[in-house]
Amino acid sequence: MLKIDNLHARVDDKEIIKGLSLSVKAGEVAAIMGPNGSGKSTLSYVVAGRAGYEVTDGSISLDGESLLDMEANERAAKGLFLAFQYPLEIPGVTTMTFLKAAMNAQRKQRGEAEMSTPDFIKTVRTAADKLGIKQDFLRRPLNVGFSGGEKKRMEVLQMMLLQPRLAILDETDSGLDIDALRIVAEGVNALRSPDRGFLVITHYQRLLDYIKPDSVHVLSSGRIVKSGGPELAHELERNGYRDYVADAA
Amino acid sequence: MPAVQETVDRVKSVDVDAYKYGFVTDIESEKAPKGLNEDIVRYISDRKSEPAWMTQWRLDAYQRWLTMTEPKWARVDYPPIDFQDLYYYSAPKSMSGPQSLDEVDPEILKTYDKLGIPLREREALLGIPSSRVAVDAVFDSVSVATTFKAELAKSGVIFCPISEALQSHPDLVRQYLGTVVPVTDNFYATLNSAVFSDGSFVYIPPGVRCPMELSTYFRINERNTGQFERTLIIADKGSYVSYLEGCTAPMRDENQLHAAVVELIALDDAEIKYSTVQNWYPGDSDGKGGIYNFVTKRGDCRGARSKISWTQVETGSAITWKYPSCILRGDDSRGEFYSIAISNGKQQVDSGTKMLHLGKNTSSRIISKGISAGRSNNTYRGQVFAHRKAQNARNFTNCDSLLIGQQCGAHTIPYIESRNASAVFEHEATTSKISEDQLFYCMQRGLSGEEATALIVNGFVRDVLQQLPMEFAVEAQKLIAVSLEGSVG
Repeated sequence: MLKIDNLHARVDDKEIIKGLSLSVKAGEVAAIMGPNGSGKSTLSYVVAGRAGYEVTDGSISLDGESLLDMEANERAAKGLFLAFQYPLEIPGVTTMTFLKAAMNAQRKQRGEAEMSTPDFIKTVRTAADKLGIKQDFLRRPLNVGFSGGEKKRMEVLQMMLLQPRLAILDETDSGLDIDALRIVAEGVNALRSPDRGFLVITHYQRLLDYIKPDSVHVLSSGRIVKSGGPELAHELERNGYRDYVADAA
Repeated sequence: MPAVQETVDRVKSVDVDAYKYGFVTDIESEKAPKGLNEDIVRYISDRKSEPAWMTQWRLDAYQRWLTMTEPKWARVDYPPIDFQDLYYYSAPKSMSGPQSLDEVDPEILKTYDKLGIPLREREALLGIPSSRVAVDAVFDSVSVATTFKAELAKSGVIFCPISEALQSHPDLVRQYLGTVVPVTDNFYATLNSAVFSDGSFVYIPPGVRCPMELSTYFRINERNTGQFERTLIIADKGSYVSYLEGCTAPMRDENQLHAAVVELIALDDAEIKYSTVQNWYPGDSDGKGGIYNFVTKRGDCRGARSKISWTQVETGSAITWKYPSCILRGDDSRGEFYSIAISNGKQQVDSGTKMLHLGKNTSSRIISKGISAGRSNNTYRGQVFAHRKAQNARNFTNCDSLLIGQQCGAHTIPYIESRNASAVFEHEATTSKISEDQLFYCMQRGLSGEEATALIVNGFVRDVLQQLPMEFAVEAQKLIAVSLEGSVG
């Protein structure tokens, strides 16, 4: 489904991703772990198509289609979703308005009809209930004054509504207490399905206790330096990243 | 909420030079000779068959104007205006003053149709009853039609062109005209006093709540013609009125002058809500053409517990120089100013308000949202003043500026002066940019760059949009999206 091959990418003339290859199959949950500064967030931005993140070599494709010439919103319409490490606040725009704008923008790009307002409201309410998001949050400006946990929950709500093909979770566990972490993980697990892939980026093994990965990859200095099964995460938890950082240097 | 989607659709559907009201109506007009002198002033007064005192009032203003110089303190830059190279009066030839709708030139009716302004009462009545609006349509220098006059008259409301009011209610006009903006007030107000051609007159009798929204729609059509309208609104004791003005003009290469004066008077317990959606032609993206909008608007809360509220959405004009103000004379009176000023291309905006606290326990509130894009400059200039007798004066001011792109500017210049120790004035100001992070976030969710900008800007101006009457809020939201067309990327 997602295929990254020999990817080189730079930001402000500094090469951060240096020949990274990775593939995520439909139904797979792949975890990327790595020390600070290894290029984890950069990878998520490059895949999502953020302006200023320049791909100098290699390829990224989703379902066999190259993403490189697509704008971020076109990639989103193809089914790519990024749950942000630090979700942005949009003052004055209610969560409901934002959700509707996003859903309809994607439907329009795919040539689908807009969702009717009653259907939309019903869909949002059902999803919000599952995540324990209170209705009055939906009437407040998106993420403004929300706690870290509430913001992350809002990201999962958006993911539920947009039903992506491939979801990237960028340090979704950061800043969450254990209860919030469980609710968020349950939301993600509910979305696991044979035709959807996940790329879970995290610094700590903790999140992977809740979202069980099929494969684990270690990212260091812009490359995957080791791949393995779930046991690799436990090894990292015990020994730290020291071995891999040294390898790469 | 659906309006956001409309905004987004609108953004996508318009071309780069997006001004959609730029067409010219082909119609014969009768113009005064070019230039300005006493004869022209008399000519205008003559055309309106004005009483002698009015002619003299104009002539005095003209004499005064000759001694004045243009104000230079605003943060705007433009070549000197040749006041002798303008026409000061232009009227469609088929018209000789207000008349019944059946006699209005079909070309003019078509123009207003194209602008989406309902002038035929029968059609307007087919709409939802609650959204009925009475319209006074001013075309160049004259009022061409006023709707719902008869119905308004039933409740004693007078709504007519000011030229007609000078015939039908001369005493009312004489009692109030120039009492808020004196003839000598400033260069452009004085010029307007000498040559104003038409505009709306509103009088709401004591205790009457005006049964519908009133609005005036200004259209400049003729080339090289200045528009100098004059609006006078009087809300007598305990009355209420909500009034809206809209403005458009054809796209022309040369600059055109618009110098209006608006005076509002609220007596004891009266309330006036005045909303403006200003969409004069802003010039092209290189700054060629466009309207110079030099306007004096002032409200006088003359009575105790009276209230005046200004709401403006400013998107058009090459240059805007405009400070709708409130004189809080009556005890316990209240003034409000809500503003959205958007500049794009090479537009220059210097706008704000004055809240002059004279009475006891007076309060005022200022919410200003400036949005600059392209190579434009947007200045908020506001004055809050408490007289030494203004015991317990209160003001809250909030000025937010939003920058889009790298080449625009936002400036905030507040003047705050209190001569009474019990006054409490609060001022908050922020300047922000639409961040790359916000744009990327919205785009990651599927919105295009322009859709994302429109959404963020609509959020930024939300507190002000909420002050507008419902149907105009939707219009204003669309207008904002169109004004920002081409500002991304």
